[in-house]
Amino acid sequence: MTVQDFWVLSPEISMAVLALLVISVDLMTRSMAKVATVAFIGLSVPVILTLNLWFGWFGEPTVGAALFGTVEADRFSLFFKFLLLTVTAGTILASAKYIASDRMKDYGGEFVSLVLISVTGMMVLVSATELITIYVALELSALPIVALAAIHRSKRGVEAGTKFFVLSAISSAVLLYGFAFIYGYTGTTQLSVIMERLAVLSSEPGVPFGSYAVLLSVIMIFAGFGFKMAVVPWQMWVPDVYQGAPTPVAAFLSIASKAAAFAVIMRIMYTAFGDPMLMQDWSGLFAILAAVTMTVGNVLALSQSNIKRLLGYSTIAQAGYILIGLASVPANQVGATFAGAGPQSVMYYLVGYAFSNLAVFFAVIAITSRTKDDSIEGLNGLGKRSPLLAGLLVFGLLSLLGMPPTVGFMTKVVVFGSALNANLTWLAVIGVVNTVIAAYYYLRVIRAIMFEDAKDETTFGADKPVLAAAGVAAIGAGVFGVAPFLLLEFAQSALSIIPGS
Amino acid sequence: MTIESVLLVSGALFAIGAYGAFSRRNLVTVIMSLELMFNGVVIALVAFSRFTPSAALLSGDPVTAEAIRSALTGQAFAIFVTAVAAGEAALAFALVFAMYRASESVEITDASEMKN
Repeated sequence: MTVQDFWVLSPEISMAVLALLVISVDLMTRSMAKVATVAFIGLSVPVILTLNLWFGWFGEPTVGAALFGTVEADRFSLFFKFLLLTVTAGTILASAKYIASDRMKDYGGEFVSLVLISVTGMMVLVSATELITIYVALELSALPIVALAAIHRSKRGVEAGTKFFVLSAISSAVLLYGFAFIYGYTGTTQLSVIMERLAVLSSEPGVPFGSYAVLLSVIMIFAGFGFKMAVVPWQMWVPDVYQGAPTPVAAFLSIASKAAAFAVIMRIMYTAFGDPMLMQDWSGLFAILAAVTMTVGNVLALSQSNIKRLLGYSTIAQAGYILIGLASVPANQVGATFAGAGPQSVMYYLVGYAFSNLAVFFAVIAITSRTKDDSIEGLNGLGKRSPLLAGLLVFGLLSLLGMPPTVGFMTKVVVFGSALNANLTWLAVIGVVNTVIAAYYYLRVIRAIMFEDAKDETTFGADKPVLAAAGVAAIGAGVFGVAPFLLLEFAQSALSIIPGS
Repeated sequence: MTIESVLLVSGALFAIGAYGAFSRRNLVTVIMSLELMFNGVVIALVAFSRFTPSAALLSGDPVTAEAIRSALTGQAFAIFVTAVAAGEAALAFALVFAMYRASESVEITDASEMKN
């Protein structure tokens, strides 16, 4: 490895070192408070190194390829790394109390370091520009989550872990088969070289993607990543895993894992299949998936009685909205400027969704750790019992629903706008209709919180770390909703991977 | 031996594995089926690496560095897939143990407490 390799990979390396450090601290002190503190403070190192690569504080703002061109620290990957690190910091804050609880204190150190290792995998994943690296990073990010879901070894935890593992393994086998065909067809695993070769190789007229081999592999790649993004028809694991796994794991899974998967599929699609002709083919596939995912997620959420399952279906629906942004490719643009186009709206939506969803999940963690009840009836009268937590939860839910002036509203405007720009009016209409359906179940939870009477009227507060995490997430959701340009500018400059931007 | 016949074997292994992974009830059998799927992929990768006159080879001199790299990538990919599959198997059997301890059974149908 050269100096350049270390420099480009510095955030990932420091993250892996931090994971090992956390395990050592756990072994030596057996104090969960120390583990959480070390992990939280230690996270500042990868954050600083990521910001350094973006702004160039110590040396060039660099950017470039490393490890024989398999990873790249471009602005696109740095944007997602920063998002992932923010989510991790929140998750660690929110699980500080949880890992110190009686049933967890023997493996709290493992819990935190598995989260950190999984994030390392996701950080490599968002910067990988080559198929083998993408596959290895994908497994590195998924396997720790299996262990995390089953960490209690309770019946439900093991069930959640097993379901996640089996489906994750099937999806990665399908993904690999797709990769194998791409490699067989083009003779390379470098994304940028794949694009060059596809342009040279002969294409049959009338066949999507110019050849059945490429069509097959693109569908298999969709299927593989569709599992990670929780897109219908690969969504069946989501509600079970969210319900069975510890809530901090569900929070982490719903945002970090999804953001990394969207980042890598954007990179694959735009760098390997970024030819304008091919773009239109996969845009159509994404549009159909988006419509189905939104509708199925929202309709199934209507009848849920468990708050964690409801949030599981809600994240499926949200993935559908993000897919609208993926379907709105620049090649379909009708005279509009590039700003406000699909790729940028995906990034903006992911950040907005991250903040709103974190606020909701952290509030749920704080509440259920006190009430020991994760049904929606358990939230009855919460407005009187714990006004602060109830306020945060309601704010987060309103943001997921898309109520102005939260970030959820602005992100939906941007995404639907990009669909209109890209000549996909029907998709924008389905999106709006779905927002209305979603209002029913989000408002049902809010009604339980504000207007129903509680069985047990005792009031309770929240632990400071999780309250701080939820508060920061809610403030983020508010600020980026009022001032979206703060974020859109970053998303715009991170679009280095898109040809012609 | 032609590439078609090797790909046929690889596809058959993958399909048998997929069928087993979806239809079997015993977690250990499911894990074995998953291994079959990965082996199908490995055979496809090696076959492409061995047989395909890839774009690089077609475009000119057959012994350029580019052509050699292109052919070897498949072999390297196969090694990575095998290694990761081994890691997955280790995790899978940890899950089997955990499941047996939690419910005295490794049948997937016994682990379906959560329903809609």
